Amino acid sequence: MRYSGMFTKVTAAASFAALIAGGAFAAQTDLTIGLQLEPPHLDPTSAAAGAIDQVVYSNIFEGLTRFGPDGSVNPGLADSWEISEDGLTWTFNLRQGVKFHDGTDFEATDVVFSLDRARAEDSTNAQKALFEGIASVEAVDPHTVKITLTAPNGNFLFNLAWGDAVIVAPESIENITTKPVGTGAFTFANWVQGDAITILRNDAYWGDAPALESATFKFISEPSAALNAMMAGDVDAFSGFPAPENLNLFEADPRFQVLVGSTEGETILSTNNKMPPFDNVKVRQALAHAIDRQAIIDGAMFGYGTQIGTHFAPHNPDYVDLTGNSQYDPEKARALLAEAGFADGFTTTLKLPPPSYARRGGEIIAAQLREVGIETEITNLEWAQWLEEVFRGKDFGLTIVSHTEPFDIGIYARPEYYFQYDNAEFQALMDTLTAETDPAKRSEMIAIAQQTIADDYVNGYLFQLASLSVANAKIEGLWANAPTQATDLTGVRWTD
Amino acid sequence: MFRYILKRLQALVISLIIASLVIFAAVEIVPGDPASFMLGINAQEDTILALREQLGLNVSLWERYFTWVTGMVQGDFGTSYTYRTPVSDMIAERMVISLPLALYALTMSTLIAFPAGIIAATRRGSVADVSVMGVTQLGVAIPNFWFAMLMVVVFAINLGWFSAGGFPGWDAGFFAAMKALTLPAIALALPQASILARVMRSSLLDTLSEDYIRTARAKGLTRRQALWRHALRNALIPVLTIIGLQFAFLLAGGIIIEKVFFLPGLGQLIFQAITQRDLIVVESVVMLLVFAVILVNFAVDLAYGLADPRLRRART
Repeated sequence: MRYSGMFTKVTAAASFAALIAGGAFAAQTDLTIGLQLEPPHLDPTSAAAGAIDQVVYSNIFEGLTRFGPDGSVNPGLADSWEISEDGLTWTFNLRQGVKFHDGTDFEATDVVFSLDRARAEDSTNAQKALFEGIASVEAVDPHTVKITLTAPNGNFLFNLAWGDAVIVAPESIENITTKPVGTGAFTFANWVQGDAITILRNDAYWGDAPALESATFKFISEPSAALNAMMAGDVDAFSGFPAPENLNLFEADPRFQVLVGSTEGETILSTNNKMPPFDNVKVRQALAHAIDRQAIIDGAMFGYGTQIGTHFAPHNPDYVDLTGNSQYDPEKARALLAEAGFADGFTTTLKLPPPSYARRGGEIIAAQLREVGIETEITNLEWAQWLEEVFRGKDFGLTIVSHTEPFDIGIYARPEYYFQYDNAEFQALMDTLTAETDPAKRSEMIAIAQQTIADDYVNGYLFQLASLSVANAKIEGLWANAPTQATDLTGVRWTD
Repeated sequence: MFRYILKRLQALVISLIIASLVIFAAVEIVPGDPASFMLGINAQEDTILALREQLGLNVSLWERYFTWVTGMVQGDFGTSYTYRTPVSDMIAERMVISLPLALYALTMSTLIAFPAGIIAATRRGSVADVSVMGVTQLGVAIPNFWFAMLMVVVFAINLGWFSAGGFPGWDAGFFAAMKALTLPAIALALPQASILARVMRSSLLDTLSEDYIRTARAKGLTRRQALWRHALRNALIPVLTIIGLQFAFLLAGGIIIEKVFFLPGLGQLIFQAITQRDLIVVESVVMLLVFAVILVNFAVDLAYGLADPRLRRART
């Protein structure tokens, strides 16, 4: 007993000495980062779950192109490309000397395999539409790929940067859901389901070696548990911190830093455009003027979020500020309702999915709508039910949801999409936009598109979801913005 | 005793069959398609169909029910829709946390409740009795998740004695693992111990006023002897029932505590599976829990038989 006690003391002293010595000579090289949602599996090319990309995007898997922290599209596994005159043939020059984590070479055939798999008839890619315009993918030689399109596509490089378009290898595809093998700066090490995923530095990485030797993603779904884990030092950082009401605690504490950025999530009061009375543009306009966006941001998001007046991300250079189009004006809303023949108001449904922006925002919106005479019956739904009832069944009057896909204004060109906006002019505009490759002309068209859906008051445009992260003050290189759902750790390091 | 066991076994099998039907029906009736959940709001209709085909969802309900049940009988719980791994592996991974946690909490609550209940009953009206009643009243009233959060603030954040949560795995060593389960076990044990102590007390008070105790005292046994030899054993029946119920509850009902301490236990698995419409996982885990409850009740029934010979004879 005594002996073992002595032993413990000695080892404790030794490890303490080691700790001090280690601290003096080198910065820490491991990181534990909290995430709210655990990925269901680790194949980004066969599920929509953003939690998958949160772990694997850019860390484990890479695409031909990749998103930068500012949302720009940069070269990835392709280091350059040429486009034919007619915009139909794209020739990608691949990086040389790139190896997958299992030691196999990355070659043109892997690109052919990945893209063909994504667009195949029995593909389970959640974003299959990204690959729709591809007519063929050919390997010209081991380091050159030729992709032929059916029509010019100005979004093509952007589409290839998505997590759903990463390059996978036929050799390791079978176990991709549990043992992902990519080309990224980190290799997959271990997954304790329900708890954590560990990745290790890939020493054979083709690019700049990351500063971190290992990183652990720890999954903590409960907001108060996330707060406790940060405060107790169990996690070094938390990406997508789920308790905005507690961020001031971290801001006031010199041990921590708070990163507030933007996401691609346009949060909207989605409106069923085919359901009376919302088929009347006056009613939709009244709805827009009845909403006090800042009150929603303050009440539901504790002040974090940027007002939007159309379905477009404010940090995008092509964004047009149209919030003035739907200024909070209850008087005007009442007048518009009267004009539309609803002087006494009406009753509709408001179906809310689980996120707090919807549940908390929904209560506030219901109160604001009541002010102008619109009564709402609130129903809270789980995601699966929401998808079934609202999204696929189109059985709703109003709902609140954040559309987190980047550059997704194209959904307004799909008349069968759940809010059922059917405008032939807008659809034609989107077709020409997709085919246009000249940046100046594209910007012009994007501006018109934003204006059109704002003038038609398709949905109530509320706010851009903020990206909220907290981290130990000594960590640098974490992305503040979330241009895609990723936790890119390649540039993250401990200072001192 | 043998026929008694056989009869209990028969009831066990029938309960299991009924439970499997009810669970399957309940889970399948709730709207929501696992494939469209997984593929999200940009998925195309043909992609969803392809995934449904891959997951084996395109067959009739009865066919799915029979594959599920026959698989389970052979120990195969099927493959999770979202995780794409065998459900039995997932259950096993969660069990190594949930089962020790439940046992830990149960041991703790029993060790607290028995002495507290006995002291309170034997010294009825004393300071000890009043304080046991007061504290247990509080223990029943305080929500355990709130108590858990309070403990995290005090012991993890302020004092730094424990982690705020998480589980290092049994590979990290027995003591490290038990340490990680200590705060959750206390949080789970507190209300259970309170209930158990109160049941113990009232049950013992009832037996202590029985005629045979008076007879025992009259033939010269001291209070203490009468208590240990006659009263305690008879007072145990309701207590055993409660312990059985509590164990079943602890196994799955710890979900809120699991969330507070972000422990990857069975409760979290069910919760996650329900939100993701991972039907097969929900069905299999709930079925397993039903099995556990039935098994525990079976064991409690047997324990009754051991504690009270009259029951054995009466039921054969």
